[in-house]
Amino acid sequence: MSERYHIAVVGAGPGGLSAAARAAQTGVSHILLEQSPAHANTIQRYQKGKHVMAEPGILPLRSPLKFEVGTREKILGEWADGLGEHQVNVRYNADVTAISGSRGDFRLTLKSGEEITAEYVIFAIGLQGNPRRLGVPGDDLPCVQYTLDDPDEYKDETILVIGAGDAAIENAVALSKQNKVIIVNRSGEFARCKDGNLALILKHIEEEKLDCLYKTQCAALSATPEAEKPYLLTLSTDKGEINMPCHRIIARLGAIAPRKFVESCGIRFPSADPAALPELSPQYESSVPGLYVIGALAGYPLIKQAMNQGYEVVESIMGRECAPADEPLLAKKFARLPGRQSVSEVLAAMQSTIPLFSDVNPLMFRELILGSEIHVPATGEAIFRRNDYTNTFFSILSGSVEIEVGEGAGARRIPLGAGQFFGEMGLLSGRRRTATVYAGKDCVLIETPRRDMIKLISSVDAVREVIDRLFITRTIQTGFAPKASFEDLQSIAARAKINKFKPNQVVFAEGDHADSLHLIRNGSVSISRTMGGSEVVISYVAAGNYVGEMGLLGNTSRSATVRATVPTETISLDAAAFGELLDHNPELRAEMEGVMRKRVSSNAQTQASAEDSGGLISFMIKQGLGEATDILLIDESLCVGCDNCEKACAGTHGGTSRLDRAAGPTFANVHVPTSCRHCEDPHCMKDCPPDAIRRSPSGEVYIQDNCIGCGNCERNCPYGVIHMAAPKPAQPGLLSSLLFGFGENKKVEYDKKALKKAVKCDMCKDLSGGPACVRACPTGAALRVSPQEFVDYVTTEAAER
Amino acid sequence: MHQSMLDYASRRYLKIALLLCGASVIAYLWHDPISPPNGGTWLGYTLGGIGAALILWLTALGIRKRAYSSNLGSLQGWVSAHVYLGLSLILIVTLHAGFQVGWNIHTLAYVLMMLVIVSGIVGVVAYLRFPEQLSANRAGLNATQMLQEVDDLDQRAERLITNLPIEIGHAVRSAREHTRIGGGTLAILTSRDRSQVELPAADGVIRLQANDSQNRLLDWLGTQLSRSTDGELSRRISDLINIVAARRVALRRLQRDARVRGWLDIWLYFHVPITFALLGALIAHVVSVFLYW
Repeated sequence: MSERYHIAVVGAGPGGLSAAARAAQTGVSHILLEQSPAHANTIQRYQKGKHVMAEPGILPLRSPLKFEVGTREKILGEWADGLGEHQVNVRYNADVTAISGSRGDFRLTLKSGEEITAEYVIFAIGLQGNPRRLGVPGDDLPCVQYTLDDPDEYKDETILVIGAGDAAIENAVALSKQNKVIIVNRSGEFARCKDGNLALILKHIEEEKLDCLYKTQCAALSATPEAEKPYLLTLSTDKGEINMPCHRIIARLGAIAPRKFVESCGIRFPSADPAALPELSPQYESSVPGLYVIGALAGYPLIKQAMNQGYEVVESIMGRECAPADEPLLAKKFARLPGRQSVSEVLAAMQSTIPLFSDVNPLMFRELILGSEIHVPATGEAIFRRNDYTNTFFSILSGSVEIEVGEGAGARRIPLGAGQFFGEMGLLSGRRRTATVYAGKDCVLIETPRRDMIKLISSVDAVREVIDRLFITRTIQTGFAPKASFEDLQSIAARAKINKFKPNQVVFAEGDHADSLHLIRNGSVSISRTMGGSEVVISYVAAGNYVGEMGLLGNTSRSATVRATVPTETISLDAAAFGELLDHNPELRAEMEGVMRKRVSSNAQTQASAEDSGGLISFMIKQGLGEATDILLIDESLCVGCDNCEKACAGTHGGTSRLDRAAGPTFANVHVPTSCRHCEDPHCMKDCPPDAIRRSPSGEVYIQDNCIGCGNCERNCPYGVIHMAAPKPAQPGLLSSLLFGFGENKKVEYDKKALKKAVKCDMCKDLSGGPACVRACPTGAALRVSPQEFVDYVTTEAAER
Repeated sequence: MHQSMLDYASRRYLKIALLLCGASVIAYLWHDPISPPNGGTWLGYTLGGIGAALILWLTALGIRKRAYSSNLGSLQGWVSAHVYLGLSLILIVTLHAGFQVGWNIHTLAYVLMMLVIVSGIVGVVAYLRFPEQLSANRAGLNATQMLQEVDDLDQRAERLITNLPIEIGHAVRSAREHTRIGGGTLAILTSRDRSQVELPAADGVIRLQANDSQNRLLDWLGTQLSRSTDGELSRRISDLINIVAARRVALRRLQRDARVRGWLDIWLYFHVPITFALLGALIAHVVSVFLYW
């Protein structure tokens, strides 16, 4: 006989806790099931004393449990108290393995074999997933662990690390200081890790600091209590089985994303994209009636959001009217709109006016608008200007705008009406704006941040297709066929293909038959030619531009090799499709030929200078030139090492320098210090829970004060330019230093408990004079350049030599 | 890659300094005072005033350098002007003094100023010459990597000596423990190497011996190699010699780096304190002149 409840909550994270507490508070029969032995498993695993932030600050909290900014211990303690106070029925170590049934009669099967029935189920399991297990007999022995908190805890042990990813490598290297470590790799190489970790592990193996078994898998594990090493792992290698006595096994085989499990419960996702979110109603009800999804799994990564949803879902199940917590925020946003409509009416009207959003589920749309701004610009006002670095996306709710294409005398204005959108170039390529947009009469716009728009694109295929097609059409139009009609180009756009390239992958090779043109949608490419038997990089081309245009006219072969420098997407147009357009449009053919002629002559010029500068350009591409917008360089022939650049940076940024002059590589007197490159598509921005990393209109990538100190950006930056720091007290001034001893080099004590937040270069965007590092260089060795300036400089310099 | 502080802004401040010097010389030649030329004439006061103002402004570089959010020109511009206008003081102040010297506070101020200028010239030369040497010596490595290089070689040597006779192991370890490069300012500036190694001396007793540039150790290892008859042993010793030789190169790189950086710094330790002495003497000079007027 199984237990029966009105509501079963799966997962005791913030969302699940709040839902169960609300159910308990209102006296509903309920159970909270948690697979780990304690509540809020993810927060339990934070390091001791870590500060937990309560973003977004403007959103009110709606939960029987307390939650405000504080240490991990304080928050966990308050929640534990709340569970007791409301007498929440919670069961730990209860791993739900299957959910079946429908509203009114769900059956939850636990790993122990028990069954629980419930009328409603709230799913709040987060996104962490479960670590992938060894999957061999004996993998439940206590010597197997799936995490490693403190590598220094173990000494003089024989430890087997299973796995070949970043976590396995980092653990193996850290453990090898005090232990004998053997890393077990299923394949013949380390192919799934970061470049830095690849170099690290190979160096350790070469220097025999640890051993590596390639093409080896675990077969069985047994305890041998009488032996010196108490466990025996049997491994199968390509040369047969071997037995390995050991003390400990660290398995770092990645996590099984919860999606499969979620789908097995019948919940549908709109697309196969791993970033897609499940289909949900405005009340967070999934495609299975009676089964609700909240928290990170539903696309809400912040603690407060999840807690509010837990409360709201219980209210909705109990049939109590409950406007979402964000209702007043939306109402405030809509205050400037004409007419008096309710929040849900306005949202519905927006979706019906703008076809792009018509297929989006209302909950996702609500979230999109919550992140967006509503603008009512005056007629003729510039929304953004050509070459601005803003990357938000605009939809026209009513009225019209005019897009100014081209520059100077050749400029034309293209009108766009209600329901249409613009700003997709900046959205997709992360590049500067390619046109200036002016507001028309009675214009009302919705401005959506890039992050929210990207989230939408990865969830809704229809939105992606519409935006892609328009991107192609507008790129061809602004790129080299401004006079072609929009309809003509649309027919070509429909035949274009989207191609994805990994770093260093060849887009096309020198000598290949040239039959297509590639528009670079995002990322960038390097162009190289074979000279004297080796491949020399001669140039680089950024997103928003195109390569291989010769392929569209005449029957030629490629004159250079094009490779992706970073993950890159291109849109290719084949010559056949383009030929049709040119055949019945002689004017366009003449225009195209003009563009080509210019290209040929400029190519010939770079060829001459390429051989000298090629080495430097390929060095710089390795340093991130391919995705940078602005790099700090130091001319080593002038640098005296006074570190005034670092002092200036620290002096203008709360005492912490954001650049490390001495670190970083050098090539031919050009030193690239560890400092932000302000990437086109910043890696740091990809996973910022409070969305604190922003790009200003003039291009600087900076971190706002609402950083919660999670450290994601620090880990995501491939150039190591972000670090976590607490604010430091002001240094004594020059006068007091002179009078009371030189205090500049004195270590200033600061509050060790202060929250460490991410800091990085903001290019001194708030200083009127520009970057302090460059202005404080006494010898003029420091300079900031854009990649294009750098390449131009190097090639002209080489040509003059 | 771009212009040095001397070429800054098409040598704008060189031109200004030359103009100032030219004007001073013409005025000095044209001026025909009753008494021999000295600081007490109207030209003397003018030149003295210009000189004192320049000295105060030149000292202000120390403040500008630390005013990181200042919009008052780039620091490179200030340094460029500092160099050229500082040099122009030699002429302006000499003319101000009318070539008169004596055992008094006035000449003390003059001598201190000349010392500041000379130390400044040393600094300019260092700033122009050394960065390129520093960069060439580093061969693309940064400070951490240079130390890491030595560390890596030590670890490789350590692994190798586990399979070598005990006396070779002892010699290599003692050479590592007694590696002494750098140290005091003088040792750094002269690249002195006081490394030692424990090796059997002529009488067969193991003693600490000088091992600068790891020469003694390499020499001794060479002897061991020549005496070895075991093929495998010879191969290992010659591997070890390669490592010790590479370590010598890495140590030299560190030494040279420290020396050049030392020279880039040392002049400031004279330039700045003497500047303060000069300011004191200058105040005494001005006050005494007005007292005895």
